[in-house]
Amino acid sequence: MSDLIKLVEEEANAARAKMPDFKAGDTIAVYYKIKEGNKERIQQFQGTVLQRRNPNTNGETFTVRKVSNGIGIERIFPLLSPNIDKVEVIRKGKVRRARLFYLRGRQGKAARIREKK
Amino acid sequence: MTSLYGADGRNVACTVIEAGPCVVTQVKDVETDGYTAVQLAFGERKEKNTPKALKGHFDKANTTPKKEVVEFRNFRAEFEGGVQLGQEINVGDVFAEGDFVDAIGTSKGKGFQGVVKRHGFGGVGQQTHGQHNRLRAPGSIGGASYPARVFKGMRMAGRMGGNRVKTINLQVMKVVPEKNLLVVSGSIPGAKNSTVILEK
Repeated sequence: MSDLIKLVEEEANAARAKMPDFKAGDTIAVYYKIKEGNKERIQQFQGTVLQRRNPNTNGETFTVRKVSNGIGIERIFPLLSPNIDKVEVIRKGKVRRARLFYLRGRQGKAARIREKK
Repeated sequence: MTSLYGADGRNVACTVIEAGPCVVTQVKDVETDGYTAVQLAFGERKEKNTPKALKGHFDKANTTPKKEVVEFRNFRAEFEGGVQLGQEINVGDVFAEGDFVDAIGTSKGKGFQGVVKRHGFGGVGQQTHGQHNRLRAPGSIGGASYPARVFKGMRMAGRMGGNRVKTINLQVMKVVPEKNLLVVSGSIPGAKNSTVILEK
């Protein structure tokens, strides 16, 4: 019967395959649809990916961290959310962890990530 | 179970149900039966495992032996002009996206369970400070010389699960007519591959 579930999930799998490939340490820009009354506009959120959670499921999310005016801001996006317009990979990072929580305690130069060649 | 994203962007946990094709095996009316109802059958059953009497019943509707037979009393409201004996009913005929449905099934059997799991008791006291062997106990079950008995219906340990359970107001998130699939929000009673009755 799990075949029936697979059948229902096909659409989500196709949407996941369309997403660009990014992982922890990459710098990405998320274009997120915001509804204000009847108007819809697109907001950009650019930062470093800290982690991807529950990979390969419909509930997969990723955390993006940016430092704005000296204050660290983290946002969690569902990967397959219909509110995500697109995701742009700006820079590939070279990291040795899957979850970069150590960035939270660092500022400025210490929070740099080497670029993947 | 799986999950789908709603139009508002929320990720909703969903259950996939194979809802059809169902065959009308009997149409009851006031003259012959005293009330109106429609009997539906679902799922295949081997002919050698079907009693002769039941086989005759299915033959009347000109169909193969089915696994489950359920009667619905307020069915005609859905189909103007009524339904015919032997008519096949598919998921798209009854359910549409956005409908609210109820699911009736038999819950998973849990075996003999204590009061904490079965009735949601809090247990007695705490784990430390001299506490000994009473953590998940029911506590007092009543008075002593008066009333000198335990009241009927006192919640105690015992068999849990395996009951008829109805989950109400599940929203239909998606209908796949080709495969007779229905995706509803939330969970439904019973184990995987068990049968449920859906009501609108």
